[in-house]
Amino acid sequence: MFYLPNIVLVVVLALLGIGIYCILISRNLIKVVVGLQIAVKGAFLALVLAGKLASQIDVGQSIALTVIVADTIVAVVALALAVQIRRKFGTLDVHALMSLRR
Amino acid sequence: MLDLLIGAGILFCAVKAMQENRLLVSALWLALTSALVSWMMYRVGAAEVAVVELSVGAGLVTVLFVFAINIAGDESLTRQSLVPRPLAWFAVVFSMGLLVWMIMPTLQSERMRAVLEQTGVLAGLFRSVLWEDRRVDTLMQVVLFFAGALAVLGLIGEQRKSHEESE
Repeated sequence: MFYLPNIVLVVVLALLGIGIYCILISRNLIKVVVGLQIAVKGAFLALVLAGKLASQIDVGQSIALTVIVADTIVAVVALALAVQIRRKFGTLDVHALMSLRR
Repeated sequence: MLDLLIGAGILFCAVKAMQENRLLVSALWLALTSALVSWMMYRVGAAEVAVVELSVGAGLVTVLFVFAINIAGDESLTRQSLVPRPLAWFAVVFSMGLLVWMIMPTLQSERMRAVLEQTGVLAGLFRSVLWEDRRVDTLMQVVLFFAGALAVLGLIGEQRKSHEESE
């Protein structure tokens, strides 16, 4: 029952769940990025586990590395956009931003 | 036992990162989650990616978060979320149920144990897989890095320009 793959699998599912929930309920743009980061951590943990179970850990690792790079770039651009939005509109509230008209 | 503790620690830190209203504290919980995830990856056998995750996930991304929160301000929003919480719970439980249904065949413990007993992974193979078999991927990563850097430079440059024009 408490084999490492089972534990990792439960952690992967829980991280994805927590990440999606955080994205859905957060009103702050930076908090949305935090939720995205949590969900992606579950995704690349799943990739590594899949590589391990298929006896191809190196392929799993290299794909996970690609995901880490892409995720970092997404975080960088999203945070830069959040900073610009805060400077321009004075808020990070998603609801307030949705009701803005130009 | 250690794996269970690491797993519980990851989930605890992730929940704290989600619940915390102060953004800076939330970013620190996220960094701790990242460090524990990298430890779990090391336990699984993915040492190379664990090091990258520790340096990039727990280091670089946390610095970026602290930098962004410093500029944008720690705006705590405690008001009601846009999506009703029961609906959010339903969406999460439904998607997790679908995932469990899809990965159910891999939950056979005997097969997992047999796979884990295979310790014939050669040292140094990771480099050959990354640099020889997946060269296009690696080049794409370099392109992604440059694209990200250019995007941020573009955003910052636009801000400077508007500042200069206003002066």
